[in-house]
Amino acid sequence: MDARRPNSAAREIERYAALFASRTRVMTSSVMRDLMAITERPEVISLAGGLPDTSTFPPETMAAVMARVASGSSARALQYGPTNGLLQTRETVVRVMAASGAIADPDDILITTGGQQVIDLVCKALIDPGDVIVAEGPTYPGAVPAFTAYEADVVQVSMDDEGMRVDELEETLDRLEREGRRPKFIYTIPTFQNPGGVTLSLPRRKRLVEVAREREILVLEDDPYGLLRFEGEPLPTLFELDGGHFVIYAGTFSKILSPGVRLGWAVAPRPVLEKLNLGAQESTLCPSSFTQLFVCAYFEGDGWRAYVDELIGLYRRRRDVMLEALERYMPEGASWTRPQGGLFVWATMPDFLDTTDLLALALSHNVAFVPGRGAYLDGRGGASMRLNFSGSTEDEIREGIARIGALVREQVDLYQALTGGPRDTRRREPEPRTDLADVLAMPRRRDDAARRDAR
Amino acid sequence: MTGRRIAVLKGGRSFERQVSLVSGGRVEDALARAGHDVTGIDVGADLVDRLRAADPEVVFVALHGRDGEDGTVQELLEALGLAYTGPRPAACALSSDKVLAKHLMQDAGIPTPDFLAFGESTFKDLGASGALPQIGDRLHFPVVVKPARGGSALGVRFAATPEEVPGALIAALSYDDRVLVERFVRGRELAVSILGGEALPVVEAIPSAEDFYDFEARYTIGRTRFVCPAGLDHGVAAEAQRLALRVVDLLGLQSCARVDLLLDADGALWVLEANAIPGMTETSLLPQAADAAGLDFDDLITRMLADARDPRSR
Repeated sequence: MDARRPNSAAREIERYAALFASRTRVMTSSVMRDLMAITERPEVISLAGGLPDTSTFPPETMAAVMARVASGSSARALQYGPTNGLLQTRETVVRVMAASGAIADPDDILITTGGQQVIDLVCKALIDPGDVIVAEGPTYPGAVPAFTAYEADVVQVSMDDEGMRVDELEETLDRLEREGRRPKFIYTIPTFQNPGGVTLSLPRRKRLVEVAREREILVLEDDPYGLLRFEGEPLPTLFELDGGHFVIYAGTFSKILSPGVRLGWAVAPRPVLEKLNLGAQESTLCPSSFTQLFVCAYFEGDGWRAYVDELIGLYRRRRDVMLEALERYMPEGASWTRPQGGLFVWATMPDFLDTTDLLALALSHNVAFVPGRGAYLDGRGGASMRLNFSGSTEDEIREGIARIGALVREQVDLYQALTGGPRDTRRREPEPRTDLADVLAMPRRRDDAARRDAR
Repeated sequence: MTGRRIAVLKGGRSFERQVSLVSGGRVEDALARAGHDVTGIDVGADLVDRLRAADPEVVFVALHGRDGEDGTVQELLEALGLAYTGPRPAACALSSDKVLAKHLMQDAGIPTPDFLAFGESTFKDLGASGALPQIGDRLHFPVVVKPARGGSALGVRFAATPEEVPGALIAALSYDDRVLVERFVRGRELAVSILGGEALPVVEAIPSAEDFYDFEARYTIGRTRFVCPAGLDHGVAAEAQRLALRVVDLLGLQSCARVDLLLDADGALWVLEANAIPGMTETSLLPQAADAAGLDFDDLITRMLADARDPRSR
């Protein structure tokens, strides 16, 4: 007997079609989604994921920490906990945040199921259909489904080497005000932005915090990668600069320990925190006690810093390999960011190339990336791609970029053959459109695909 | 009716993998409801081993796109001596190649929009870019640029001016090494499904007005409305069905197929292409057409299964 059969009717969508909420209609099929489904195949070198390399975490450490949880707090680990998280966990968060210079109060912290839940909870608490969210362009592709699920109107502000252009942000806010639209919050990943790979400069950080205060708008500072700095001076977080008035800080253990523990946190002004707390109560009741105690036990000493340093070394080498490979294999007219930390490089091809189509070609050569359109809600990003360097080995990165570079070169040559010579390859972004949201399902590769680099 | 051992092939590595997984899942459900012993197989490198393990009496092919619809898998099933649903290898190969199929249709006098075909190597090695001005002279703008093979809207681009042609060619050449540039026929989109040598009622696909020139939107579920049977004069519907039958006779797709046509403003019908393995999702056109003919999904699957042929019996 086929074990799958009792559930099989769940696929008969027409039976349930009349029951679906209207907001589920934004979940449409798309070319990009069809293509992304193939990136998971084992023979594909995927630079498309956003995975930390969990193979570097010592199994013996995991066993020791688990044993400590089992012997010391078995009953608590197996029990429900408070919605805002165990006090112990919130104190752990305070210590982790102190490592990057921020001072937080355990009472201002909500422990969540990953940083992603913070994005969801903030939207849930603040967004009515049609409300404006201002985000960077490009923005985190994984935030896009959350924004669209709450039927937000997302306005994207461009970035340069110093991160979000705060002057453009102010112009945008002025324009919105003239149009009688008040944005609810500004979503930003100021440090090692996903997917842009750039970091917001200190003057802009200061100005952004002032803008939020002057206009009384909240900022959601998403900071998953802040501790993964390979070089350069650490910058204060927006939260630290603001002192907790208009900045909601979203943190996570995913990139400094493991995404598998599914623990993140929000630090927010008290009235906002209360709303987030209510939202969390509705959806998850409380974060996992089991993984909270695991995290607390692991972060008790200072050993976690050595592991973060190890990750920094590993990812720095992988980034270097990726940048060298881009330099070597990409044709003239292509450009890319040089991140000082984090997981991603954002590369932009000559403007006649469409990276969604290029992904189709790349997949037939068993290599994948995230097409830039997935990071925009307005049809821009067509010539760009996000490349991840943390989840693949150095050899895979070199080979993957070599394959992509060869395909881009071929297409550039072909274009020149078609048009009769080299041409101006400067970027010309199309005008933003509001009807082209491409809600992207990001496939996750299987665990066994995360391998340790030969070091 | 006694249950048979049936393997349903789905998924695979084609760009239409997602659609195929849905099609295959629905086929599995229908076969299970009919009392068969069903094994679903997501096609990969272990296909032969999994087929041997499942030891099916019949293989139901629910693959779309490369490998599944172009005759590759059918040739393998022939080699293994397994009975399978859908067309034989030659018909699959012919119909999945739009350039070949359109040449055959033109030669047979079946109306299909005029076109030019190019291979990637003809641009690189033979200087075919010199032939690009021909496009305007012969086809007139706007034109549609398509990869020769591959279903759905992947790589299909609209070029309103000569300047847009190179970019459209690059996009289409990302999906196949041969492309066709086709005269754009403005008109109503019709589909005639064929089952067991008979034409089913005509389905019309109506894209929302603002998406008229946005090909991706036109193929995006939820942005197109389907009407079946299409609101057509009896004569036009009958002519569409007659044309579709001529196409399937020409290409060898009599058992099951979907033929896509356009009805232009002058009332002329144009055949765009024929699909050897039509989609079986909840919004696919073959199931809708069958339903309009009084065949529910389970009946449709039973009919398709009954048409499966055993290579050993030929």
